[in-house]
Amino acid sequence: MAGAEGDDSLYPIAVLIDELRNEDVQLRLNSIKKLSTIALALGVERTRTELLPFLTDTIYDEDEVLLALAEQLGSFTVLVGGPEFVHNLLPPLESLATVEETVVRDKAVESLRKISQEHSPVDLEVHFVPLVKRLASGDWFTSRTSACGLFSVCYPRVSSTVKAEIRQHFRTLCSDDTPMVRRAAASKLGEFAKVLELDYVKSDIIPLFTALASDEQDSVRLLAVEAGVSIATLLPQEDLEALVMPTLRQAAEDKSWRVRYMVADKFSELQKAVGPEITKTDLVPAFQNLLKDCEAEVRAAAANKVKVFCENLPEDSRETIIMTHILPCVKELVSDTNQHVKSALASVIMGLSTILGKDNTVEHLLPLFLVQLKDECPEVRLNIISNLDCVNEVIGIRQLSQSLLPAIVELAEDAKWRVRLAIIEYMPLLAGQLGVEFFDEKLNSLCMAWLIDHVFAIREAATCNLMKLVEKFGAEWAQNTIVPKVLGMANDSNYLHRMTTLFCINALSGVCGQEITTKHMLPVVLKMSTDQVANVRFNVARCLQKIGPVLDSSALQAEVKPVLEKLATDQDMDVKYFALEAISVLALA
Amino acid sequence: MLSPVLCSDLAALEPEYTEADVISTVEFNQSGEFLATGDRGGRVVIFQREPQGEYNVYSTFQSHEPEFDYLKSLEIEEKINKIRWLPLHNPAHFLLATNDKTIKLWKVSERDKRAEGYNLRDEEGRLKDLSTVTTLQVPVLRPMDLLVEASPRRVFANGHAYHINSISVNSDCETYLSADDLRINLWHLNITDRSFNIVDLKPENMEDLSEVITVAEFHPHHCHLLAFSSSTGTTRLCDMRARALCDQHAKLFEEAVDPSRRSFFSEIVSSVSDVKFSHSGRYLLTRDYLTVKVWDLNMENKPVETYQVHDYLRTKLCSLYESDCIFDKFECAWNGTDSVIMTGAYNNYFRMFDRASLRDVTLEASREVCKRRAVLQPRRVCVGKKRKETDVSVDSLDFRKKILHTAWHPKENIIAIAASNNLYIFQDRLTPNGHHNTPEIQSAPPKWQTQPNPPTY
Repeated sequence: MAGAEGDDSLYPIAVLIDELRNEDVQLRLNSIKKLSTIALALGVERTRTELLPFLTDTIYDEDEVLLALAEQLGSFTVLVGGPEFVHNLLPPLESLATVEETVVRDKAVESLRKISQEHSPVDLEVHFVPLVKRLASGDWFTSRTSACGLFSVCYPRVSSTVKAEIRQHFRTLCSDDTPMVRRAAASKLGEFAKVLELDYVKSDIIPLFTALASDEQDSVRLLAVEAGVSIATLLPQEDLEALVMPTLRQAAEDKSWRVRYMVADKFSELQKAVGPEITKTDLVPAFQNLLKDCEAEVRAAAANKVKVFCENLPEDSRETIIMTHILPCVKELVSDTNQHVKSALASVIMGLSTILGKDNTVEHLLPLFLVQLKDECPEVRLNIISNLDCVNEVIGIRQLSQSLLPAIVELAEDAKWRVRLAIIEYMPLLAGQLGVEFFDEKLNSLCMAWLIDHVFAIREAATCNLMKLVEKFGAEWAQNTIVPKVLGMANDSNYLHRMTTLFCINALSGVCGQEITTKHMLPVVLKMSTDQVANVRFNVARCLQKIGPVLDSSALQAEVKPVLEKLATDQDMDVKYFALEAISVLALA
Repeated sequence: MLSPVLCSDLAALEPEYTEADVISTVEFNQSGEFLATGDRGGRVVIFQREPQGEYNVYSTFQSHEPEFDYLKSLEIEEKINKIRWLPLHNPAHFLLATNDKTIKLWKVSERDKRAEGYNLRDEEGRLKDLSTVTTLQVPVLRPMDLLVEASPRRVFANGHAYHINSISVNSDCETYLSADDLRINLWHLNITDRSFNIVDLKPENMEDLSEVITVAEFHPHHCHLLAFSSSTGTTRLCDMRARALCDQHAKLFEEAVDPSRRSFFSEIVSSVSDVKFSHSGRYLLTRDYLTVKVWDLNMENKPVETYQVHDYLRTKLCSLYESDCIFDKFECAWNGTDSVIMTGAYNNYFRMFDRASLRDVTLEASREVCKRRAVLQPRRVCVGKKRKETDVSVDSLDFRKKILHTAWHPKENIIAIAASNNLYIFQDRLTPNGHHNTPEIQSAPPKWQTQPNPPTY
């Protein structure tokens, strides 16, 4: 440590500063993350004159160090002396905004946007705007892409001459030579439009939008779609038709499937932005085309939007539009050749029943559900089953039960355990909707069969499923149907099945209550304490610890304590460990 | 047409070389200021053009190491199959290098400053007497000698079940493709953990396999177009706009073979070993065993131009098959203005074809003939009797000396030729501004002149 004359408090800071240039990345990273400590020790003056210049040139470092640095500098204003000196942070952030690694640049831009708010209007024009201009006219595309994200934060707070310059710079970047910069500009176009005066939106932004939407690179065109949605929200209804719609119509029919995919993906936002009239005249036919697109990715994206699109249709004509325009396309998608399309549709199609009402659901949708329930792809069937609640509200699930049951049984026995796991998770929901009688009759045996599945994850999920079923159907039901079967497994010759009994008791004791636990479960657990397999014995200890709080104190003292004490002297160290743990948790010592 | 002059001869001094030193790929960057080579030993060497025009070593690094795939019990060679430069981003240079399985993105950057000043140690690293540390010192950056560093930025692994034969960067500058024998994958340059399969030729049953992908390349300007060629002699053009999966091609370039000329070797020699889009994007250049062909993208049924590279081998196919030479994969290249085509041949010969004048020339890249500032003399291979003293008989060609990898500077008449472990860089006798810079007068073109450099590696 520091000697008599040295300052003890300097030492840890000195280490931190030295580690800024340590060879080990992890140490440099640690040091950068404590940059505020260093700055605090140096004081605002030295931070501005020594630390920041050093950091400005440290752009050679690893990405993770630079990323941490970019993030730190975003909240460094106080450490350089407050808003008055905030512009001192610009040089290091400017150099970070030009590195080649996207995440670092994005973080630097984020920090720049943050500290731009701390600039006074004067400082903004004197320091911040020149930085934006420098970046915008930089030699390398990295600096120009970073500039795109900075226009919108300074525009509202500068004079009208500077505003004109900013608009000019943005225009230039929209027609940059490199597609990377045009992409960055296209992705910020909507954001920039939001801070512009309406007249400039019409005179400046619209031509840029039109140009980007017909860029030769489809990677640029597809980003223009999103900008179009934002721009549409800004314009009054009467301008939409002339200024935005021609371009959006063209995007929906673009030669590139990626652009059409983007339109499909943004369809609900688009629908909200353009309002009911244009939805009726333009979006409905466009949506039909997307549902019939030749590329499966586009159809899947559109299929995902079917419900939301229908929901947001103007109420007066909703039903007619769905019945005459949308439903025919949906019917075709049910037998699509691509399983992703079918499964996307299956995840939303049930939602249509609430919109269309009982009669239409029975007549038109029910046949589709039934076809999908028999689909060869398990994901399609699962998606239908997982959304049964929507239909239940409208027509009751019984209408479906004839087809539902075979579908469930087949999924329950699927060769892929993930599929089995997924259907187990829907069991409590199904049980609730189908009612206890139907459940006992058809599904109970399935739930019990899962308890002896050869995959642990399934047995575990089955245990948890039983608990949820008991929550739904009550303790009495449990005592009559489940508990005897569970306890019966305690005598199974397979120790894994015997352990399942213990796991079930862990899960069920709470929901079954004291009486059933003490009377029926506890004796079985205690009996199992003499099992030959150590794994079973230590699980008995864990089980007792778990169900202890449910039991009354006399049962604990008279029955549990002696067993645990015996297990505590077991020759297996794991059994001992868990027995002692249970004794101390249950305070039986 | 051209006057070749050797401007750099970058090779091992000793005539003895190991297998690892054999150059396996050569590629200029977009400006032509840099040239990268990869070798069988997994090394990448980058050359920078000096103001005087010579190329000198700028950076050397080990890109790939030999590996072993324990799951499949397969050795993975470190040999660099392809190198592709990324368009310039910032002062650093980026390139993709691939071996059979793994693609790596490398950054080559310069550093000319280093930090000085520790609090607790002196510059030699000795701990200071702590009692002297009374104030905090922030390190300062001081100029130092230029240091070129190569650092691996990303590793794109596990995308291919078969051997990668090509990589190509898209004009959108954010994606690239990689092709193996049966599949083409599309990657995002920033994402290493997934790629999209866009072409899959793998049949359900591998016994039905009838063709393999030999090369794939993106169009230079249209980000949605890619071409790939196969072992059956076809080249397909795919439009990525039409479908996410490009198994169905937009165009198929194939020349009908005269049934009467069919032989056992027909399919083998028609296998396309290289495909290059012209700089204009209008034409495709394909190389098969005996010819180079220029295809107009607008005409699928036959090439617009066909050039014989070494037609005299047509009668030797049997022995070439026995020596496996018939499977050699020769590359081809366009010059900057798409007016001249270059490709390699045997006996350290390489060929150039002037598309306008239809003149062609055979030149030799070897240590014996490439002298400083000497102009390369054309060679002639004769089938029958020698007509001139300098003629070479077909039977005396050395088939072990082959020029597979060639590259042409994107703007100027500078070419790079890899002949086993040697790299020759020739430049046109004309300087870029059009003045002759060598006094000697040559009767007829082509004249390529040599200008050796201190050997490196």
